[in-house]
Amino acid sequence: MNDRSLWTDPSWIRGMTQRRMSRRDVLRYAGAGAGALSLSAILAACGVQGEAQSTGPTAGEEGSTQWWADMKTQGPGDHVNFTNWPAYIDRDFSVDGPASRPSLYAFTQATGIDVTYRADINDNADFYATIRPALESGQDTGHDIIVMSNFQELTEMIELGFLIELDPELRPNFDANVGPSFKDPAYDPGNKYTMAWQSGATGIGWNTKYVDEPITSIMDLLNPKYAGHVAMFNNAADSAGLAMLELGITPETSTPDDWQQAADLLTQFNEASGQLRGWMDQAYLTAIENEDLWATMAWSGDILNDKLYFPEFATFEFSVPDAGGMIFVDNCCIPNKAANPVGAMMLMDWYYDPKYAAMLTEWNAYVSPVPAGGKIVQADADAAKGANKEVLQTIADSPYVFPTPEIEPKLNNYRVLEGDEVQTWNDLFNPIFLA
Amino acid sequence: MERSVQSDLPGLAPPDLPGLAPPERRPRRSRAPYGLAAPALVWLLVLFVIPMIAMASLSLQEGNSLEGFRQTFRFANFSDAISQNGEFLIRSFRNAAIVTGIALLLAYPVAYWIAFYAGRFKNVFLFLLLLPFFISFVIRTLAWSFILSDNGIIFGSLKSIGLLPENYRVLGTTVAVVAGITYNLLPFTILPLYVSLEQIDHRLVEAAKDLYASKTKAFLKVVLPLSMPGVFAAVLLTSIPAIGDYINASVLGGPGTAMIGNVIQSEFLRDRNYPEATALALVLMAIMLVGAIVYARVLGTERITEG
Repeated sequence: MNDRSLWTDPSWIRGMTQRRMSRRDVLRYAGAGAGALSLSAILAACGVQGEAQSTGPTAGEEGSTQWWADMKTQGPGDHVNFTNWPAYIDRDFSVDGPASRPSLYAFTQATGIDVTYRADINDNADFYATIRPALESGQDTGHDIIVMSNFQELTEMIELGFLIELDPELRPNFDANVGPSFKDPAYDPGNKYTMAWQSGATGIGWNTKYVDEPITSIMDLLNPKYAGHVAMFNNAADSAGLAMLELGITPETSTPDDWQQAADLLTQFNEASGQLRGWMDQAYLTAIENEDLWATMAWSGDILNDKLYFPEFATFEFSVPDAGGMIFVDNCCIPNKAANPVGAMMLMDWYYDPKYAAMLTEWNAYVSPVPAGGKIVQADADAAKGANKEVLQTIADSPYVFPTPEIEPKLNNYRVLEGDEVQTWNDLFNPIFLA
Repeated sequence: MERSVQSDLPGLAPPDLPGLAPPERRPRRSRAPYGLAAPALVWLLVLFVIPMIAMASLSLQEGNSLEGFRQTFRFANFSDAISQNGEFLIRSFRNAAIVTGIALLLAYPVAYWIAFYAGRFKNVFLFLLLLPFFISFVIRTLAWSFILSDNGIIFGSLKSIGLLPENYRVLGTTVAVVAGITYNLLPFTILPLYVSLEQIDHRLVEAAKDLYASKTKAFLKVVLPLSMPGVFAAVLLTSIPAIGDYINASVLGGPGTAMIGNVIQSEFLRDRNYPEATALALVLMAIMLVGAIVYARVLGTERITEG
């Protein structure tokens, strides 16, 4: 992560040289500060905007055909800032620097575009909160590509017009190779704003060093034998999702009454004093690696990658509960005012080349949006030898990487929240994660 | 902070003594202090007063992050903030009290020893105390999560020699949170104590001993009362950041350890319910301000030094 120098980082230079406050803000606050207005007028002046946009960009605006044409004339530039989740890209630890991420390095070699890769997203809500102020005031967030799950935050970003509408002409690989389940998804009809990065299952991971029977239900995490060494996710989409499945409810079509039942079930984890180590975000991975956690809600590829590539984690296991697990899709998107939109789209499309999609799959052990990559993984497994062959064959055979007809019905979609439901949902679940 | 600004300004102006200064020159002279204070005033206005007004405004609004927030003067945000978060407020004040107590007990001997016995190495020891603080707060707290980890340096070793049961843990409990906050705030406890102890005239202790006071008695009757201004400052400097801390609870804590800062963070980042978050932040600020004022009145430095 240290391959980035502050002095050459364009987002830093921009931040230091360009104004951060719009003229309207300055006038608004200056007016308020001068006391020229009555107190109530001052109090009324400082609002927070947020008007949902239903229409696309108008001619010439960011994301319009005209704008993209201008951008393409300017060329892709020589740099892209790519911000992703940890443990989400192929690594080669035998080399240092940019070459340690082989698929990304190949992109730089082929296009001459440098990529600043940051694994900075640990939680959708937290990350969105850090970029929202910039988006709201029409500033560059410093990220050209961000990766957001198909959760509430992504929906809100699309509705508020915070994402640049993608150029259909700049994604030939995507058009040729995208899998049917990643094309035209419900949360982004026509892939107007997003292209899937990876997808995976939310289930349960455990360490057989401490847990000797398979974990088949989230209720197993309440077993007093594991007191203090279990964790659940602090995002309601996953935790409430698994809780509803446990109760026999289909999350996608659930009602507020169902949510109440799920909340009651999750509350049991708080009531079982000393049982739960925490409601965690991506930090759970470090915790299970440190053996602080023995069994935890987990994302499939995180655990499988650890198990396959690191001997010290060979005792890890992953499974979705018998009652079912959730399936998430993490999506690449370009936030407004991104400095390098053309380069960003080139990079997003790069990974829809089956060759590079397969490189990701072979390391990440997540579900790829490019089915054609599967054959390459199998071919690589056939060609490989020794321990490497075993690893690649395990990935090629894993139902969590290439979902089988048996596993598919067990993977459930998230509930899409609308209007006031967001508040009801948040008020119900977020206090549980705090207690 | 506000108090000192208000009271210092008139204090800078020359006292109103008739006959000493020609009246026609007074307006020009009295402008100078305001001119000197202007940069600080502008600073406070831009970075303190205006944000406070913006917060106050936000705290009375209604809406959601998708449709935006509108000013409706909804004072119920405040009653909601208090009624929904009583548990977290109480927990924060309790934790802060424990932290302050432990920090004082740890800091006093250290400050005492450096002030009285470190001799010409005083600055070296003070520097050593501050050395870890050249590293960011969050990084240090993360380091503690490794140190306190179940199989980390401390507990892993103790477990492997059988001194602790296998499932013993500190990480994720209130103990870890309180320990983390105490560690992070310790210099803020030690430094004011050191400053007040360092100023004590040693001859007073000698005089006490000459008058047949035991060592304990000399400490209790001479050193301790004279160091009370330091204790006063240390308590404020430790307890106030301790109440609002959320880093330690989120990094070292688990279920049942969230403090009021975590609630505010969650309201801001997770719920994006800005009005409730600002209302809660203002409530917390008001409680701390009232607490600090009462504390200063009851145990104010003037009374201690007079007594």
